[in-house]
Formats: sequence, structure tokens, C-alpha cells
Amino acid sequence: MKFVDEFRDGRLAQTIARAIAAEATPDRRYAFMEFCGGHTHAISRYGVADLLPPQVRMIHGPGCPVCVLPIGRIDQAIHLALQRGVILCTYGDTLRVPASDGLSLLKAKARGADIRMVYSAADALALAQAEPQREVVFFAIGFETTTPPTALVLQQARRLDLRNFSVLCCHVLTPSAIGNILESPEVRELGTVPIDGFVGPAHVSTVIGSRPYEHFAEEYRKPVVIAGFEPLDVMQAILMLVRQVNDGRCEVENEFSRAVCRDGNLKAQQRVSEVFELRKSFEWRGLGVVPYSALRIREAYAEWDAERRYVLDYRGVPDHKACECGAILRGVKKPTDCKLFATVCTPENPMGSCMVSSEGGCAAHYTYGRHRERAA
Amino acid sequence: MCLAIPARVVEVLAEDQGIVDLGGIRKQISLELIDGAAVGDYVIVHVGYALSRLDPAEAERTLALFAAAEAAMNEGAADGAGGTAA
Ligand code: SF4
Repeated sequence: MKFVDEFRDGRLAQTIARAIAAEATPDRRYAFMEFCGGHTHAISRYGVADLLPPQVRMIHGPGCPVCVLPIGRIDQAIHLALQRGVILCTYGDTLRVPASDGLSLLKAKARGADIRMVYSAADALALAQAEPQREVVFFAIGFETTTPPTALVLQQARRLDLRNFSVLCCHVLTPSAIGNILESPEVRELGTVPIDGFVGPAHVSTVIGSRPYEHFAEEYRKPVVIAGFEPLDVMQAILMLVRQVNDGRCEVENEFSRAVCRDGNLKAQQRVSEVFELRKSFEWRGLGVVPYSALRIREAYAEWDAERRYVLDYRGVPDHKACECGAILRGVKKPTDCKLFATVCTPENPMGSCMVSSEGGCAAHYTYGRHRERAA
Repeated sequence: MCLAIPARVVEVLAEDQGIVDLGGIRKQISLELIDGAAVGDYVIVHVGYALSRLDPAEAERTLALFAAAEAAMNEGAADGAGGTAA
């Protein structure tokens, strides 16, 4: 497939690996965080970590939208479906996430809740049009990539004056999460965060552009290289980060120039700002409450805001006390440092955020990493 | 849920809709978020919406970067150890 196969060439991967090994200073340690779940997946699936010299380590960040969704938000969705009798539309990935009282959206469905998996926000809107006698709620989750589609359907619902449709908005923002990793009360507790640079997200950056990262590079003195999702993209980004560290540079570089520019998708940004505004704070699974890190629906669209319409309160639900996600997401600990890893906590029965989807750090290590360690 | 692959636009329909070819599978998506998509363009599709167009010239440039690295490594290997590069 064009634009895919040429970025998966195994021989070239070896070459870039040799360049990294040649340029990484042997007696210094390089720790880079890939923020995005898509990168975590590529690194685990293609064994990128195995190609790196021992002094270069990758830390899995909180960029998996399903993993960071707090239990309290899933509880709200289940409440709407079970107690308020709405048709709840959701992206498939959220179905299995365990919620309170031993429930999940899937189990709620088995108890009779009308929960429908949709591929896109437009499907949820179409369902509301097709079933005017029912109330349809779209459970909107995700980072800057899923937010513009949600904005579009909200605008369409208002245009059509579609009164049986609303959105439970749980959209979150990438830059705030990166900021929180580098600077939060937890960081002070955990000690310094050993992160020397970031592999910047691919698809999120197509929307927001590379400009928002310039602040980190300057303010926190951390290099950022935006990379595509194929293994060669990630390898090349790591090489570019090694070079920045060696040179003492802290810049934003763009390896994914085939799809990302400095300004991003202005049309998408415009739609998003017409419909959404910043929330003062939002709870993230794994990171805790992060100020100004999420979006809510503007007053002009209040009619289509499920939180206002059904007067929903938010109640946070803490993860298992022994869960180490907070430290893992900040690079202070590894999945195997957690007592629950692969015993009590597994992808079938996740106890914390990093185990929830295959893009989470603990789940990726469970699926791909453990076997390599055993073989070694 | 972030996984997505580049798709080729094979048809542009009314109301900002389009058909893309995703590795042999035809799928209807929305082109509402990008301007002026044309048949033959490659786009990045996420949850049913094209988020951006792929620039083939930039893709070539990135691939050339990899190739240059390879050439440099091979040269280095030849100069250094005198061996043939793998
Ligand atoms: S193994 Fe489970 S409980 Fe432990 S840190 Fe990972 S997600 Fe949390």
C-alpha cells in the first residue's frame, strides 16, 4: 500500500538503528516519551525497542484516548443508557472499559441498555434522524482528531433543529497533558521526570499543527519531533531526538511533513472553537485532575449538551491503590514495577488506565514485551 | 483507536462526501474538514473524516532522508572497518 509499505522497510529500519547506535553517546542515557497510543502500538508491534541501543529508552505516554477516559465518565454514559432510556452511541473501543459496580458499556447492553457502536459521529446523528421518537446521545471521546467531527455533527444538529440528539462531551487536549507530565504536584512527589524529549503525535498534529509544541521546547527545554505512525517514522524521529540532545538543541522538528504543517488544519480548528470552549478542569485516568485540559460544549449549543440536558453530575472513581500508572506515564516506573502487572491486572480485567486498550503502555508490554523478555 | 492508514480518494460525491480506497476496500467518508479534495489525492482518515491531505513530494523527501542515512552508513562502514555493509 502506497505511503505505508515504504515506511515499513525492515532493511532501512536496521540502517536507522545503526545510525542511532553510532550517534548515541554510550555513557549517557536518553529517555524519550512517545505521547501517542498509535506510536506505542507501532513501537511494540514492530519491535522498535529491540532495535535501540541500551542507552536509549522509550517511555509510553498517556496518548491513548480510551485509557485516559475516567471511570466516572463511563458511569455517566451507562447511567444515561440504563436509567434514562436513551440510545447511547459510542466508538467501539469504549465498550469493554470496566466501570463502577462491575459494569461496562458491554455489560450494560446485556442488561438491556440500548448501546450502539458507531464508526463515526455522523452515524450517531443519522440514527437520531432515523429514530425521531427516541433520544440519542453520542458519547464523544478522544483527542484533537475526533473533536472536529463532533463539532460538525453538533453544528448540523443545530441547523436541522434535531431535538432528540445530544453529545456527552469528553474531548481532551494533548498539549495540556504533555504539560502536566512535565509539571504537576505529582511530579514534585515522584522527583524529576527523566524525559529528554518527545515523539509528537501524528494525527493530532495534522489538526493542531506543530506550533503548539513550540511552547514546550522553549519553556521546558525539551526537544519535540513530530512523527508518522509507521516504524521508520518512529525510528527516524528517535534519531532526530538523539541529535538534538547531543547538540543541546530544544526545537520542534517535523518528521511527518507529508501530513503536518506548522498551522495544522485551520478549518477544523475553526469549527472546534465555534462549538467548544475550555473546561476549567477535567479528570484524566492515570494523570488525575488536569486544569484546562478538556473541552465542553458552548452555551449556544446547550440544547445538544447531554450534561446540561440530563443534569449530570460528575463523580470521580479512583483506580486500584496499587496502580502505578501515574508514575509509569511520567517515566519514573515501568509496567513491570507494578505489583498488579500481569497478575491481578490484565487486558481482560484492567485495574488501571495503561492496561485498558492495546495502545496503553501496560497492555502493549503485556501483549508484546513480556515474551521478548522471556526469550532474552 | 488512533490507528489509521492513508486512503486514496476514488470518488468525490455531493455534500462533501467521498469514496476512498483503503487497501482494496471502498469506504464512504466525509471530506468536510479539508478543502478541494480531488480524485487521486491521498488523505488521512480518522473516524470517518479526512483530517488532512498527504503531500507526495514531502513523502518523497522523507524517504530520501532515509536513503541518505543508508548511503552515509554504508560509506562509514566501508571507510571504517573496510567491510561490506549489510
Ligand atoms: S499493570 Fe495495571 S494496575 Fe499496574 S500500573 Fe499498569 S494499569 Fe495500573
